[in-house]
Amino acid sequence: MKGKKWDDPFVFIIGIGNAYRSDDAVGLHVAQCLKKQAHDHVYVLEESGEGLSLMESWKDADTVILIDAVYSGARPGTILRFDARDQPIPSNLFHYSTHAFGVAETIELARALNQLPNRLIVYGIEGKCFEAGAGLSVEVDKAVQEVTIRVQQDIRNSGI
Amino acid sequence: MKNKTIKVDYLARVEGEGALYVKIKDNSLTDVKLKIFEPPRFFEAFLQGRNYSEAPDITARICGICPIAYQMSAVHAMEDAFGVTVDGQLRALRRLIYCGEWIESHALHVYMLHAPDFLGYTDAIQMAKDHPALVQRGLQLKKAGNEIVAFLGGREIHPINVRVGGFYKVPAKRELEPLAERLKWARDAALETVRWTATLDFPDFEQDYEFVALCHPGEYPFNEGRLVSNKGLDISVRDYDDSFVEEHVPYSNALHSIIKGRGAYFVGPLARYNLNFNRLSPMTQEAAHSAGLSYVCNNPFQSIIVRSVEILYACDEALRIIDQYERPDKPSVQVQPRAGTGYGCTEAPRGILYHRYSTDDNGVIIDAKIVPPTSQNQKTIENDLWQFIPKYLDLPSEKLTLQCEQAIRNYDPCISCATHFLKLYVNRE
Repeated sequence: MKGKKWDDPFVFIIGIGNAYRSDDAVGLHVAQCLKKQAHDHVYVLEESGEGLSLMESWKDADTVILIDAVYSGARPGTILRFDARDQPIPSNLFHYSTHAFGVAETIELARALNQLPNRLIVYGIEGKCFEAGAGLSVEVDKAVQEVTIRVQQDIRNSGI
Repeated sequence: MKNKTIKVDYLARVEGEGALYVKIKDNSLTDVKLKIFEPPRFFEAFLQGRNYSEAPDITARICGICPIAYQMSAVHAMEDAFGVTVDGQLRALRRLIYCGEWIESHALHVYMLHAPDFLGYTDAIQMAKDHPALVQRGLQLKKAGNEIVAFLGGREIHPINVRVGGFYKVPAKRELEPLAERLKWARDAALETVRWTATLDFPDFEQDYEFVALCHPGEYPFNEGRLVSNKGLDISVRDYDDSFVEEHVPYSNALHSIIKGRGAYFVGPLARYNLNFNRLSPMTQEAAHSAGLSYVCNNPFQSIIVRSVEILYACDEALRIIDQYERPDKPSVQVQPRAGTGYGCTEAPRGILYHRYSTDDNGVIIDAKIVPPTSQNQKTIENDLWQFIPKYLDLPSEKLTLQCEQAIRNYDPCISCATHFLKLYVNRE
């Protein structure tokens, strides 16, 4: 899908995470739920969160919805939503990645380079456990359904 | 008596986390410690009992930015143990994938991690606001390197196509054409990078280092050669353990590597350049000279130019390999395991990476030793700070901290290869 030129407007959904780091995988879980549902002009990607790949992925997109785990000290399962065109991503979020260049840094770099998509919505889901291992915490697992529904609403609102 | 302590949570723009402790008493420097609180990663231990064929993929996981170096040192060590020779186009493809790693790793360091120091920005995001074209060029160069690694390795991070004896799959010649087009752009961009880095301001700082790098009779070193230094070392990789030793220091969990009887040494781009200048391609030599570099460079701050020269070389070398490529009959040569000990040393972007494995009759690993470049440079980084800081004692602590960080970033230490947490303390008494 990378590098593809798109003739029609589309929504790009990117779930981010590491499948083997417990709640870090929540973005991937949401992406998998959304993949099961057919939408025209909606494309779902699962990514590790490496900054350059992200920027490359959304290069030709109109609307991008990112879903990632966050750790801010809030109650596990808490859902945050940002419209990244309107506000910077708080730098204390998305910071536990082992990659030097995480999601927040990538969005801010893309903003500086004038490379943000027309619309960029970011969902952050508060994680509880980021230890090695598969499977989500109960609280985080509950948030998967909620975020999936809200992303579908965003897709409808996008006018596609 | 004036006491002053500066604490920085972690040293920014260095891969991994650790700590630097600087003590200043009565306006003189009394202590410098690069502290590495390394949690055991057990890589050497959990290689024991695994099959020889697993070593390239397991050790690739040590680092996300130089997995090829780990894979290459592992395959060479295993082939050494089993008496296997990989040559011709398979050997050329190994150089090609190594070119990709150098391009991506060096481009990331030059543009995103080190350049902000020279241009006075806290990070690349702030720099991008004023210099968007510069950052774009860096990102696109990195991408060109990523594409080589992804193409030959199967994916960008922790590639999976490398095996003892060669590759699992090798490309047809025509499949390399899009890469070549991309690399022609990258070579031009790399030349611009050399010209641009040459315009930066460099502190006047040169030391009498012992540089250590691989040296091959006919080529700039990636995978093979003797281990040589500018102070008389000239040994085969098999004899590494006779000349180099890792020491425990009381304040750090990471080992300090030294040359027996002599002490600190310096590996990485500067060492390679100084020991192998005449093996660079003609256009690369010319670019280096145009940038004001002699065939020897003893100023570690100028390593940003040398890295750029190596990006240019890697683009040029990758294009040469692609031009001369013919698909080999088989993607790998046959490997017959046997009991023995094998030694491998290759040039990771940050310097020599040494692997040693002993296997039993069935190729099961019974012992493994891995020495990454950053642990070899640690003592030299400390020595630099001992020499560097006294010249800047009058600076406010915040500026002194930045100067120390820049000096450390000269080495592009990949602390996560060996460490966990880096805090910076400047203690003034």
